[in-house]
Amino acid sequence: MAGQGGNCLIDNDWICGEYVRTRSHELVDATVQHIGITLASVGIGLLIAFPLALAARRWRGVAGPVLGLTTVLYTIPSLAMFSLLVPVFGLSAAVVVTGLVLYSLTILVRNILAGLAAVPEEAREAARGMGYGPVRLLFGVELPLALPAVMAGVRIATVSTVSLTTVGALTGYGGLGNLIYEGLHSIFKAQVLTASVLCVLLAVVADVLLLGLQRLLTPWTRKPRARRGAGGAGTALSARDERKEAVV
Amino acid sequence: MGVVSRTWTWLATGSHWSGPDGVWHRLAEHLQLTVVCLALSCAIALPLAIVLGHTGRGGALAVNLSNAGRAVPTFAVLVLLTLGPLGTYDSWPTVIALVLFAIPPLLTNAYVGMREVDRDVVEAARGMGMSGRQVIGRVELPLAMPLVMTGVRSAAVQVVATVSIAAMVGGGGLGRIITAGFRLTDTPQVVAGALLVAVLALVVEAVFVVLERWLGRRNRHPLNPKVAEST
Repeated sequence: MAGQGGNCLIDNDWICGEYVRTRSHELVDATVQHIGITLASVGIGLLIAFPLALAARRWRGVAGPVLGLTTVLYTIPSLAMFSLLVPVFGLSAAVVVTGLVLYSLTILVRNILAGLAAVPEEAREAARGMGYGPVRLLFGVELPLALPAVMAGVRIATVSTVSLTTVGALTGYGGLGNLIYEGLHSIFKAQVLTASVLCVLLAVVADVLLLGLQRLLTPWTRKPRARRGAGGAGTALSARDERKEAVV
Repeated sequence: MGVVSRTWTWLATGSHWSGPDGVWHRLAEHLQLTVVCLALSCAIALPLAIVLGHTGRGGALAVNLSNAGRAVPTFAVLVLLTLGPLGTYDSWPTVIALVLFAIPPLLTNAYVGMREVDRDVVEAARGMGMSGRQVIGRVELPLAMPLVMTGVRSAAVQVVATVSIAAMVGGGGLGRIITAGFRLTDTPQVVAGALLVAVLALVVEAVFVVLERWLGRRNRHPLNPKVAEST
């Protein structure tokens, strides 16, 4: 059935090797766009989330509005978010990236804050006692200890971003979502299924890669699972995150 | 800015609010789909979560379901279901997709809520001679209520968002105003529709926050140690 020459294209089968063979360049282009949009969104999101989280930690007055605003942004459905950004940027990739950055902020700011809050006070005291200034304390002690929580946030943000990018098809910049949207209008089943499967695969691969990166960056959390401090904080936080379910 | 005033004009035009493509009809469709699908998914997920949480089985499934749900794009599932054999039945693809995506937050939150109930309290209830059902109904469920409600709120906001995406595959609801606006390259209509969808989502969120507070206050009982502690 599926594998015999170009028949599956004519029969409009869901699974079609011929489609993958003949349209591989389209699939590659869409996947590259998808990865690009995801990387840009999570990257810019991290760049904005760090100063926001640091400001929210430093000044109590900033924490409320920052957390409140990011929660409100997170509640706005993706279709509405992208549409509201269209008059600002026109029909461009910037619409999708900006929308996805705004979503990722909610998860990233919260996880960075939680990670920093879970740094044991003794570690801070010890670093200060060794003569660490505030900047060295942040980058040398606090951030590494907060890393498991931060990485848990990055993983959730990345997986959600990969999945939400598809809605960007509305503006023509949805990566694999474009193929799904086209496939809907031309009733091209193989294209829809292949692009959907690739999209899920992309999310899973990104998650596994980030988990590997996290293990690599935090070798001290690997062996003794029962250790307090950073390892304990990271696992506790990711468990808590399951409850704050993504709702976009 | 031109877009702001033209969006305002769009919203202020009475003809945009009436008729089958009007805001009121689209809003009614949106709310109807939301209520039906939320009720359906609660009916499926909550009993399951309560049983799993009570027995302590299937925890990995209940927790990982949320992660899996996050990786699967709603839009892709909507399109797949629309092109599938069910696609010929009007709003079925939308209903199924909505229920599928509302289940993970419901299941995970309710399960975690049930598991987080202080084991000592459950043991005490058993020691008092309560049956399994009584432990669930009188002890575990009331104590798990805040998290169950968080799950219902997440699911509700999720459903409202997914209904709007369903407009991209031809479903009803306020999202249709946006997709029609894109087709007509009518930016004010796109923005007006987006505002309506955003406001609806925020209102739904706010309603559930208020509901949670109200339930929380009602649940704060002197014999309810955990809730009393956490307040």
